Amino acid sequence: MLKVNNIEVVYNDVILVLKGLSLECEEGKITTLLGANGAGKSTTLKAISGLLKSEEGEVTEGTIEFNGERINGKDPEEIVRMGIFQCMEGRRVFEDLTAHENLLCGAYTRKDKAGVRRDLDLVYDFFPRLRERRNQLAGYLSGGEQQMLAIGRALMARPQLMLLDEPSLGLAPLLVKEIFSIIQKINEEEKTTILLVEQNANLALKVATYGYIMENGKVVLDGPSEKLRENEDVKEFYLGVGESGHKRSFKNAKHYKRRKRWLS
Amino acid sequence: MEFYVQLLISGLVLGSIYALVALGFAIIYKSTSVVNFAQGEFLMVGAYFCFSMVVQYQVPWLWAFLITMVFSVVLALLVERLVLRPMIGEPVISIIMVTIGLSSVLRSVVTAVWGTQIKTYDPPLFPDTPINLAGIPISQVYLWSFGLSIVLLVLFGLFFKYTKAGIAMRATAFSNQVALSMGISVKRIFALAWCISLVVSSIGGILIGNINGINIALGHFGLKVFPAVILGGLDSILGAAVGGIIIGVLENFSDGLLKTWFGLQGIKEVAPFVFLVIILMVKPYGLFGTEEIERV
Repeated sequence: MLKVNNIEVVYNDVILVLKGLSLECEEGKITTLLGANGAGKSTTLKAISGLLKSEEGEVTEGTIEFNGERINGKDPEEIVRMGIFQCMEGRRVFEDLTAHENLLCGAYTRKDKAGVRRDLDLVYDFFPRLRERRNQLAGYLSGGEQQMLAIGRALMARPQLMLLDEPSLGLAPLLVKEIFSIIQKINEEEKTTILLVEQNANLALKVATYGYIMENGKVVLDGPSEKLRENEDVKEFYLGVGESGHKRSFKNAKHYKRRKRWLS
Repeated sequence: MEFYVQLLISGLVLGSIYALVALGFAIIYKSTSVVNFAQGEFLMVGAYFCFSMVVQYQVPWLWAFLITMVFSVVLALLVERLVLRPMIGEPVISIIMVTIGLSSVLRSVVTAVWGTQIKTYDPPLFPDTPINLAGIPISQVYLWSFGLSIVLLVLFGLFFKYTKAGIAMRATAFSNQVALSMGISVKRIFALAWCISLVVSSIGGILIGNINGINIALGHFGLKVFPAVILGGLDSILGAAVGGIIIGVLENFSDGLLKTWFGLQGIKEVAPFVFLVIILMVKPYGLFGTEEIERV
């Protein structure tokens, strides 16, 4: 469905952030993109959604195709209309608008009023807490509620492909679980394809069917999630489990002994 | 007693027109974060253009009014596209300088085309005969101006609260980038903001032109709207309305009272700015301005 082919992204004409990155999202599946801070995960998502333009970034090489159509270089509003919706990192709700108005903004590109009304109900069923607080300013919602609002807003656009950028950011573990179960539910019930960027590798690999691991602007390893979970390097560097299967303690960690080789 | 009532009424009328222009100012500031120092000049251009239609080309009022509105929209689109869009992302001070430059250009164009003589609408938009309200004669132009301004303010209030475009404008005001990610065309929102702003300014210009006559001093209106906007809070639509009316009434009262009690002249021009300083000391965010939302 989505094919990112060997792209290079440059910020401000000088800073090379993505150096030949390729990935694919299969229709109806959850794909996850993992990596340390600064690896270029958010940049990848912004390259897909076209938001790079607003940050002086540019895709200089390679192509991004969505359902066979080339989308790099298009304006973000056009890409949203084609069915790709990015849920930006850090929730980014419209704080001076009520929760309800935030949801309406998500449906901005849609023309079918009846469908929008139905989807409002759907979102409120997914997140009953939002229904209670629909007329409150989004700025006064709690962090978890804001994240729910951000995901609900994405749902309102009825995208074919949803790009989620770190939905677990800054949330309590229990809430993270709740959010992830809803992401799974959205994928199963609404058949939305999802590209999930995460720091929480453990959870992300549990919900996703396929995973990519990025480092320094490149994909270093990819494969079905079960296989990634078994990979020694992934276990060591992302899941925090040592070779013997025990949890590693910093006390006896000998980091220098094991180098990242990224052999699959 | 009648004197005070008259002061109140003319204050309310003046204030409602301030409110209109302040609304135009706040819309631009809110959605594009441009402080538009040329607001008063746009009002003046609208008033002069309508004058040309009515007096020089003898177009009936209704048509003259509509043509002026169309002209304002075209002017807004031109200014937004040619002058302000290239400035997106530039420092605030550069953008302010550009609007100041724009105001000078507009003023000289107006002087070149229409001269510096004071002009009056002939025939006036509203009949001359005053109406008696509870024994106090009020000229019709006052009543109509007040009514029209209030109706427009209410309409725009509803527009921002309930329509898709209105909500999208507020969303864009909060964050351009997030609005982009919703599929909102930020460029189109900016253009829409300028259109609305210039249309309401032109209406304000036509109304005030009917009350005081049209001359180059109309441009100062833009500056006098500042206290109104700041009292209401720079980015609040409701605030612009309330602030405008309060400033209008205060200005008229301080002028009238100081004149009759102490024989002081010309307070009208400075009174709003005295209030401006006081407001900034007491409530820097204004009555309805957005205070940063902070969750604790």
